[in-house]
Amino acid sequence: MNISLELNGRRADWDVEPGEALLDALRRHGVLSVKRGCDTASCGTCTVLLDGMPVPSCAVPAPRADGRAVTTVEGLPGEAARLGACLAAEGADQCGFCAPGLVVAVVAMSRELADPDEAAINHYLAGNLCRCGGYVSQTRAIRRYLQEAR
Amino acid sequence: MKQAGGMSEVGRSLPKIDALGLVRGTPAYTDDLAPREALCVVAVRSPHAHARILSIDATAALALPGVLAVFTWKDVPRVAVTRAGQGHPEPSPRDRFILDEYVRHVGDEAAIVAAETEEQAREAVRAVRVEYEVLAPVLDFETSLDNPVVLHPEPEIHENFPIGFEPRRNVASAYSMHVGDVDAVVAGAEVVLRRRYYTQAQQHVALEPHCACTWLDVHGRLNVMSSTQTPWHVRRIMARALEREVKEIRVVKPRIGGGFGGKQMLHGELYCALATLRTGRPAKMVYTRREVFEATNTRHPMRLDVTLGADRDGTLRAIDLEVLSDTGAYGEHALTVFMVAGAKTLPLYNKVEAVRFGGRTVYTNRVPGGAYRGYGAIQGNFALESALDELADELGLDPVALREKNMIAEGETSPIFAIMGEGTEGVEMIIESCKLPECIRRGKELIGWDAKGPRREVAPGVFRGLGMALAMQGSGIPTIDMAAATLKLNDFGSFNLLIGATDLGTGSDTILAQIAAETLGVATGDIIVYASDTDRTPFDTGAYASSTTYVSGHAVQTAALKMRQEILVEGARSLGCEPALATFDGNEVRGPDGAITLRDLSAKLLYNEHQKQLMTTGSHLCEKSPPPYMAAFAEVEVDAATGEVTLVDYVAVVDCGQAINPNLALVQVEGGLAQGIGMALWEEVVYGPQGHLRTRDLMSYKIPGREDIPSIRAELVESHEPSGPYGAKSVGEIGIDTPPAAIANAVAAAVGARVRELPVTPEKVLNGMGAPRGQNR
Repeated sequence: MNISLELNGRRADWDVEPGEALLDALRRHGVLSVKRGCDTASCGTCTVLLDGMPVPSCAVPAPRADGRAVTTVEGLPGEAARLGACLAAEGADQCGFCAPGLVVAVVAMSRELADPDEAAINHYLAGNLCRCGGYVSQTRAIRRYLQEAR
Repeated sequence: MKQAGGMSEVGRSLPKIDALGLVRGTPAYTDDLAPREALCVVAVRSPHAHARILSIDATAALALPGVLAVFTWKDVPRVAVTRAGQGHPEPSPRDRFILDEYVRHVGDEAAIVAAETEEQAREAVRAVRVEYEVLAPVLDFETSLDNPVVLHPEPEIHENFPIGFEPRRNVASAYSMHVGDVDAVVAGAEVVLRRRYYTQAQQHVALEPHCACTWLDVHGRLNVMSSTQTPWHVRRIMARALEREVKEIRVVKPRIGGGFGGKQMLHGELYCALATLRTGRPAKMVYTRREVFEATNTRHPMRLDVTLGADRDGTLRAIDLEVLSDTGAYGEHALTVFMVAGAKTLPLYNKVEAVRFGGRTVYTNRVPGGAYRGYGAIQGNFALESALDELADELGLDPVALREKNMIAEGETSPIFAIMGEGTEGVEMIIESCKLPECIRRGKELIGWDAKGPRREVAPGVFRGLGMALAMQGSGIPTIDMAAATLKLNDFGSFNLLIGATDLGTGSDTILAQIAAETLGVATGDIIVYASDTDRTPFDTGAYASSTTYVSGHAVQTAALKMRQEILVEGARSLGCEPALATFDGNEVRGPDGAITLRDLSAKLLYNEHQKQLMTTGSHLCEKSPPPYMAAFAEVEVDAATGEVTLVDYVAVVDCGQAINPNLALVQVEGGLAQGIGMALWEEVVYGPQGHLRTRDLMSYKIPGREDIPSIRAELVESHEPSGPYGAKSVGEIGIDTPPAAIANAVAAAVGARVRELPVTPEKVLNGMGAPRGQNR
């Protein structure tokens, strides 16, 4: 079926299968920042913004994106560079597989919460798993990013 | 900027060189880079824990649109291999085939399908008709030895050298060693403690599922891109399995999304190769998360029997460690993981009069065991460090004091270093760096060991307890791990650093560039890293056994020292002076009558005068394996009514020698701790009564999330290992070793419940509490 969406600020007209996950449609169309980590909406590596809300794209049928705005990290280059620099400064970026989904989730959080403390950050980002870094350095980096963004 | 010790690039927390590219989502992983036209390869997986395949009918599958090939055991070479990515010849038994007539665990490959799209391949998988003769499974590893059900009756399988392989008895490997007369010393000891501990299967859960792709290049050679920790071992094992020459295959590792040992085995590479070699088309295989759980590897579960003999003053006189390890359906890393349970724990207490280690690894119809960070040391550590705590309790001693009285120190050795290697004999080694006393002092201070005391009631029925554990690991495998590096000087002064080393996301490409830059006197940004390509970079055994910094780092340093010398010689020639009279500071070569910058010299060398390419190679064989050390302290809160354990604080102080990049070293520790905490409290691969996995996704298998990890605090102590590059040892594995024991010890201190079977669940804590006890220390 044909859908029309706004992908990172540009119109995209795609032919998708009714049962196809948005994650698969994105990757099939070359949006490769969006990663598949689990298939059960448990890991957060496929997080995208759907009309500004962070969602696991593996759990969103592609047709649901019809007429809506989808934002991936390709559409957030400035935020990615700034958060990426904070992650790198803390040594918190490891294999990088979770990073694009994390950036998208952090951007959503920074728009939604005014001044989140550590507990609020950990709660908001609970769905974004990292297996390499043990979270503490990542949290330091996110706090640094939020501070710099203010 | 010069750092302490006069170093400018080593010792700096530089950002990872791939950081920004990865965070922006630049295509970098195997599935991102696989050719778009690649065929999708999917396995038909066994629904039975143990069965013989009577027939496979692929007619219907092959008739479906887009299906190009179906492979069964009859279509592949009958060559026994191991999939363990280890040195040659492998210390793991060659006990499997690309595909076999038997399936030995739920999820084992019965057939392979290649189709144009993933949907078509999955449709075809459902259409393949496999007739099985279901066999009785062996699911309990304690009943495997001499069980009438034999998992591996096939005649072609073999060991490469004596590893105690007895497949007719379901034994994948066996080993024993002793120093002194353990029975006599135990008989004469004032106190004897005998305890049995169990550790569980744990899944790596690298966020990138296993993935491989293959294609034929213009020369007809088989190219393999794989999310692997060991490109050279993959190439060698693929050549054997496919009955091809090693030279016909190239293996490349792109960025990979975590490994932790889980990518030290071959998985999809051989199946993709079947499809590419049959059709001439590129092929890729991307594991689903369920397939990662059902059909890759886990940590080997173990039963560990510990006997300690001691005197009342806390002098440890004998240690006996007897291990039964469950290697599941195949013996991947069976011998070596089991040996490390002793080899990288027992030398911590080197003053004993007698020590013994022995046991077996046995087959069961479960997911195969494999390499996993810690590699046996975490299992051994849980048993030994728990038993020492129980001994301290029995003697009425502070657990820290007991360890301090008996632990290894700088300038000392352990006979175990020479006796036990990984699958072979080890090498003698005097410990040249061991800052355990500093680690302990600082750890006690951070956690408040003396101030808080072992146990406090913080609310009615809610208790806090403190526990601790020490750990050691290694730095590479002596006489086996070998790495090489090549430096090439480019026009206008930059360098290509070509390394076989395999960055799993740890930042090893970055720290190896730092070592090269430090040695050359240039900035890390002038080093262009290209790594992990069997055609285009020099050899490296791979990223495992905590080897990359210590072994590959040494190779890089050697290549850079040679390059410095060549630059000096060419610079002196250009200046018209003797090399002995010239100096090179990284920026310019200076002689008595003038100077030439590296930038100018490098351009002249390629375009104008005495034209030649400067290119140097260093290679390094690991000759010893200096252990990093760690002291860890846990504070837990236990609800005595529910048995629920909350980890309140975790402190880890590490001696990893000189940290090449302190931030990246600390994150190695923090990440290791998180995985160890997961193993201590939640993670467990669980099977149903017929051998079906109950934990096969991230909803049923719990890895720590960010709300589960308290503010773990890791610190590095100042240390210098004389045998390491710039004084470095390893740091990749040690972080994972302590949480199971330290947390179990803290729970015992808090509520008296001694949990000897991981993970430490509320149920086990409640069962262990029994009558409240008066003292814990």
